[in-house]
Amino acid sequence: MSPNFRHTVLIDQTGVEERVARFNTRSIKKETKLSGLKLALNMIDLTTLEGKDTDGKVKQLCYKALHLSDDIPGLPTVAAICVYPNHVKTARKALGNSAVKVASVATAFPSGNSTLQVKLDDTRFAVMEGADEVDMVISRGEFLKGNYTFVFDEIAAIKDACGKARLKVILETGELSTLDNVRLASDIAIAAGADFIKTSTGKIQPAATMPVTLVMLEAIKDHYLKTNNMVGMKPAGGISTAKSALQYLVMLYETLGPDWMSNQWFRFGASSLANDIILQLGKEQRGVYYSKDYISID
Amino acid sequence: MSKFEWKYAAAPEASNHAKIDARYGLFINGKFVNPLSKKYYSTHNPATGQKLSEIAEAGEKDVNSAVAAARQAYEKVWKKMPAKERAKYIFRIARVIQERSRELAVIESMNGGKPIRESRDFDVPTAANHFFYYAGWADKLDYAFPNKKPKSLGVAAQIIPWNFPLLMAAWKIAPALATGNTVVLKPAETTPLTALKLAEIIRDCDLPPGVVNIITGFGNTGAAMVNHPDVNKIAFTGSTDVGKIIQKSIAGTDKKLTLELGGKAANIIFDDAPINQAVEGVINGIFFNQGHVCCAGSRLFVQENIAEEVIQKLKARMQTLIVGDPLDKNTDIGAINSREQLDKINYYLKVGKEEGLEIYQPNCKLPANGFYCKPTLFIGAAQSNRVVQEEIFGPVLTIQTFRTIEEVIEKANNIPYGLSAGVWTDKGSKIFNLTTKLRAGVVWANTYNKFDPSSPFGGYKESGFGREGGLHGLMPYLNL
Repeated sequence: MSPNFRHTVLIDQTGVEERVARFNTRSIKKETKLSGLKLALNMIDLTTLEGKDTDGKVKQLCYKALHLSDDIPGLPTVAAICVYPNHVKTARKALGNSAVKVASVATAFPSGNSTLQVKLDDTRFAVMEGADEVDMVISRGEFLKGNYTFVFDEIAAIKDACGKARLKVILETGELSTLDNVRLASDIAIAAGADFIKTSTGKIQPAATMPVTLVMLEAIKDHYLKTNNMVGMKPAGGISTAKSALQYLVMLYETLGPDWMSNQWFRFGASSLANDIILQLGKEQRGVYYSKDYISID
Repeated sequence: MSKFEWKYAAAPEASNHAKIDARYGLFINGKFVNPLSKKYYSTHNPATGQKLSEIAEAGEKDVNSAVAAARQAYEKVWKKMPAKERAKYIFRIARVIQERSRELAVIESMNGGKPIRESRDFDVPTAANHFFYYAGWADKLDYAFPNKKPKSLGVAAQIIPWNFPLLMAAWKIAPALATGNTVVLKPAETTPLTALKLAEIIRDCDLPPGVVNIITGFGNTGAAMVNHPDVNKIAFTGSTDVGKIIQKSIAGTDKKLTLELGGKAANIIFDDAPINQAVEGVINGIFFNQGHVCCAGSRLFVQENIAEEVIQKLKARMQTLIVGDPLDKNTDIGAINSREQLDKINYYLKVGKEEGLEIYQPNCKLPANGFYCKPTLFIGAAQSNRVVQEEIFGPVLTIQTFRTIEEVIEKANNIPYGLSAGVWTDKGSKIFNLTTKLRAGVVWANTYNKFDPSSPFGGYKESGFGREGGLHGLMPYLNL
């Protein structure tokens, strides 16, 4: 039985936007900036989700994940590689025993328009192939129809099929339209057993935004205050600069606190963010900005 | 896994570009002149105790010469000048404030203790906006008050407080000039510097000499201004006690008066409010400018069924507030304006504790030097507590609970003040029900401390009378 989702937590959009503006006035300098950038790098789910993905592309991405920039000492690896289920095995093999996890999208990603059976099979296949984490999409159509029980049950069933793999639930907030809906969908996903809630597939605009992420962080916080259980957060899509990553970290730090400041509880879904952070860290090391030709682009 | 403690590195705004003279005279008749009183006093940085400058203390003769300069400028120049020309001068002041905004913001924070984030993002831009706004009205007074043939009054004596030194100067000077009056303005004794910088700006804008005169000093100087026989209009923002004295002293004269005095605003959260945003709004409502705000939301009313959650969230949010160096760009709460004010706040903290209220302060470290106070909650307060009834003017919030809408309206109005109030609910009908019943000059709904030059601001009851801002802000400076 799903909880009653009729009584929802209300969101004031103007208030959320003002709070975000306030986070963005924080001035992050010197060692705060360095440690923040390294942490952000370590939180990245390096992602390739294209129709034209091949084994070769995935292997190259995995090598990049483990060797972000060998000429800068002390760099962490990214948190995970995120691929389609049919590339999980390749990624698993390429990453070997490293700490970098394999995440797989599943459940008829990105639209989610299929039967439960297909979604369950998709999930089980990804896990069987060696995925540590599964990124599922919710049925936005059912959600917007008001069929919250359906959405809840589906997430719970996928969670069950994940076994030991951690489940990230993608709300695709760009299709939910209001922050009230974002909050409600977050509450449903968390109640149904999500280990992470995630903003977007990256296929729909707008993808991750700070106001949407703040509403989701507050849902996580309210859940934690009630149950003492932590849930992770993953903004995905559209975060491509080091500056913006730091702003997200400020928001995370001041909303959920130091406990969430690790890749166990926070991820960035991004493909080009890593290189911008490397550029900034390289600048700190060398004292000057340098050409992007010096940064590999896998 | 070890916790990732992320202490923000210091990010101080540079202050070496701010030009502060070692000594300031009085700005009378377009020039800085030495005071006839020959007296000076020191002004300090409340965050460090460092002396910033020596300030002239205007005596009665100085007040006479300032009023005489204003009178002459009024009769000979300003009154006769076409309104569209007046507007150009006001517009020019606004532009130059914008150009010098960085220096003004830094000096405002150095002299008053407010965080640079606020002086940079709120005080200075809003001050410029007031001049822009009233520049627009100057040649449209006949349209603002059709068939009334509005006429200027003459010389306005304006006395402003220390909590928003530059902004209050703008609130006073801009409408007075737009309506064709000339001005003698006195900033508060602790925070004269940005008003004196504004005097430099006015001089550099080539305003006709004597149209704006800015003189510094203590209460005596203010009293001499109020009692001067050649003053036509008095505008005062400050404490209710002084407001009462002014009103008594001008009884029997034809001087016009507006007063913007103290406040003890109710900020009301209903159980159908967006709670996370309401909590944020309450925090900004009371801790903005260290609580040195006459319209600060200092009395929180929470519906009883959500009180526990709201208080828990307020405490957590307060723990993330950064208290410290006003010039650091990350500072949320700066220094208390003066020793005197800090003593007053500490006195009320003692009163609240003695009244048996639960007190909460976050676990933050205060700088060793300077005047600082931790943000504070008094939980479980009753209407009868002194900390609920009296204005503290510091970062102190009292929390009362209520059960019904009738109860909270009654309690919110049960206070001698009536400047502002806040309502937090998702229900529009509830908002309009409350705005008609709360006896407060401003009622904010689902937000707090929002200011715009086009929006009138002012009080009921002991919070004063007359409005500043908007079309209403023109009226006190006109014969209609």
